Amino acid sequence: MIYDLAQHLINAMAAGTIYALVALGYTMVYGVLKLINFAHGDVMMVGVYVGYTVAFLLGREAASSFLGFIAVFLVAMLVCAALGFLIERFAYRPLREKPRLTALITAIGISFALSYGFQLDATVAKVRDETAQTESWQLSSTPCGMGSGDCVTLLPGAAARRFPTIIESKEWLKFSNADETSEVRLLNWQVLSFLIAIGLLVVLQVLVYGTKFGKAMRAVSHDHRTAALLGIPVDTVIAGTFMLGSALAAGAGILYAIKDKQVQPLMGMYVGLKAFVAAVIGGIGNLQGAVAGALLLGLCEELVVWFGSSSWRDAVAFGFLIIVLLFRPEGLFGRAVAEKV
Amino acid sequence: MRLSLLLACAAVFAFGCEKKTVEQPKPNDVKQPVTDTKPPEPKPSDDVLLLGEVGSLTGSEAAFGISTRDGIALAIDEANEAGGVKGKKLAVRVYDDQSKPEEAASAATRLITQDKVLVILGEVASTNSLAMAPKAQEAKVPMISPSSTNPKVTEVGDYIFRVCFIDPFQGYVMAKYAREELKYKDVAILTDKKSAYSEGLTDVFKRVFAEMGGKVVGIESYAKGDTDFRAQLTNIKKLKPQGLYVPGYYQDVAVIAEQAKELGLKTTMMGGDGWDSAKLFELGGSAVEGSFVSNHYSADDPSPRVQEFIKKYQAKYKTTPDSLAALGYDAAKVAIEAMKRASELSGPAIRDQIATTKDFPGVAGTITLDEKRNPVKPAVVLKVEGGKFKYVSTVAQ
Repeated sequence: MIYDLAQHLINAMAAGTIYALVALGYTMVYGVLKLINFAHGDVMMVGVYVGYTVAFLLGREAASSFLGFIAVFLVAMLVCAALGFLIERFAYRPLREKPRLTALITAIGISFALSYGFQLDATVAKVRDETAQTESWQLSSTPCGMGSGDCVTLLPGAAARRFPTIIESKEWLKFSNADETSEVRLLNWQVLSFLIAIGLLVVLQVLVYGTKFGKAMRAVSHDHRTAALLGIPVDTVIAGTFMLGSALAAGAGILYAIKDKQVQPLMGMYVGLKAFVAAVIGGIGNLQGAVAGALLLGLCEELVVWFGSSSWRDAVAFGFLIIVLLFRPEGLFGRAVAEKV
Repeated sequence: MRLSLLLACAAVFAFGCEKKTVEQPKPNDVKQPVTDTKPPEPKPSDDVLLLGEVGSLTGSEAAFGISTRDGIALAIDEANEAGGVKGKKLAVRVYDDQSKPEEAASAATRLITQDKVLVILGEVASTNSLAMAPKAQEAKVPMISPSSTNPKVTEVGDYIFRVCFIDPFQGYVMAKYAREELKYKDVAILTDKKSAYSEGLTDVFKRVFAEMGGKVVGIESYAKGDTDFRAQLTNIKKLKPQGLYVPGYYQDVAVIAEQAKELGLKTTMMGGDGWDSAKLFELGGSAVEGSFVSNHYSADDPSPRVQEFIKKYQAKYKTTPDSLAALGYDAAKVAIEAMKRASELSGPAIRDQIATTKDFPGVAGTITLDEKRNPVKPAVVLKVEGGKFKYVSTVAQ
């Protein structure tokens, strides 16, 4: 029993920390813009594919070395930060003074554009014209092996791919009872991804509560008009928030890919939805709340499967959301704000 | 810059209209990609007979849809080389349903009302075929599913056929093999509750295995799209089953196998034709080794009919056909033969001819359609060995 409990808790933590990193992106953007950025999960998916490409280009040896591992994370986070910036700059900023629904629909549009756009096969390949004896690069829709000399993949195509091994799965700890009928396994990547997640959360905490940018971000979140009057560059702060959230999502995405080893263009929607629920449970707009909500959701899902039936997992997880909202509409950690008339 | 290019591409495609392609075989050779110059789309005119196909060219079952499409294209090419049907060439209009039932239904409607096709081929997944079948039945357009194994598909009406065996038989084959050949006593099941296919196999396996004196010690479930199965597998591990029946699709199965291995679950996995894709080995690696699956056909089958098909398929696509390609090929052949025999090219006339298909030499077994429009044919059991499916046994009805 105690072994089962430990194993289920390990499973729950692995899922919960990833939900937490994604949920933070939702909650930060909501904090500053009052916008639910539905494209957030898909930005995570893009990050996973960037990590995939980097790991692929490095090759198996280099990617599983310490520096390669760091490179996969850093490049994915930087590219996603840039993507977050572009999305904010070209899709949301022009709509900022429009009704909130417009931006929400745009967010859904971007989400679909990314997740379905990534299902297309698009490659640039070297084509040799035998009669003219020339070679030229041409766009085509034939899949090719990624990174091969004569063919470069632009979009990855619909099929699921196996994420390259950037950390070899090993048992880190194993406990079992005397006759070895029950056991608990803690794997090296579970420990590592937990540490990385905690590390990212600490960095975020320092950024938000210990720097000038963080102060500006909190001010914008409180009241962006007044913040602007006081000389805070609201556009820069909002762009920075998007970049930060997107980079976190990319980090979460890579951890997710290490955990479940499979990447496909629709993964962002699924993880994004769970993380969104986690953010709402914790009280959207509240950073600690998002983390707590995510861990609770991970735990809740795991316990349902342990004690009940696996068919009930999503139903109970979302039921939990409804119950929390019934009793605390502002979320577990949110603060109730009276609507001023 | 590359990102904005990606975004722009993505936006154009996502908001553009449904992908519409005319079947044009793509060589898988990366060194010679096809250029973007597409041939003009065939119009439903007097000189071309148009068939329709609905398939999952994108989405979670994309590998199935693409194999099926290639198998069908090969059959159509062969028929055209042999002079076509009634002196006319054949063409296929293919719509992508993104592995979604609602898209499959609207694609079927479009094939019927807009393209006025003579026969509809598709889908692979039973859930999608079930969404399409009522449309075809209502419009009296014959529909042949190459590989939907759920019994309900052909129960929709007398215009709906298939060329593969049905779920009860597949569940029966694996239960019988596990009990009689592998001598298993305790088996657990992990089923995809969102898929009619997976549930169908589970029901029959459970019943037959128990009837034969075995015991199903636990049933856990997941939903298509899940990627974390650790909770269910932790539960199963506690039960210590000798075998684990996972009648799901390759994409989920690969992840399940890998996570089972990580959790230290020592059991033999068993499955159905949903495992059949080369992707299984790419995604699942060594974790799927030693598993058993029931399937429609094996490329190891020495019969000349099968070997000739494999040779032609390899010449065209540079890869060994899986059973989805074989069934796609058979479905198209059955349709073409019926069109040849039909007195006129109308839905009812073609339907009557398909219904009388008898002893048709398909590459995935000889096909005789019964009064329920299902074929009577045996299944093969394959074992995963060295990243390949190896033929081990044939189980008849």
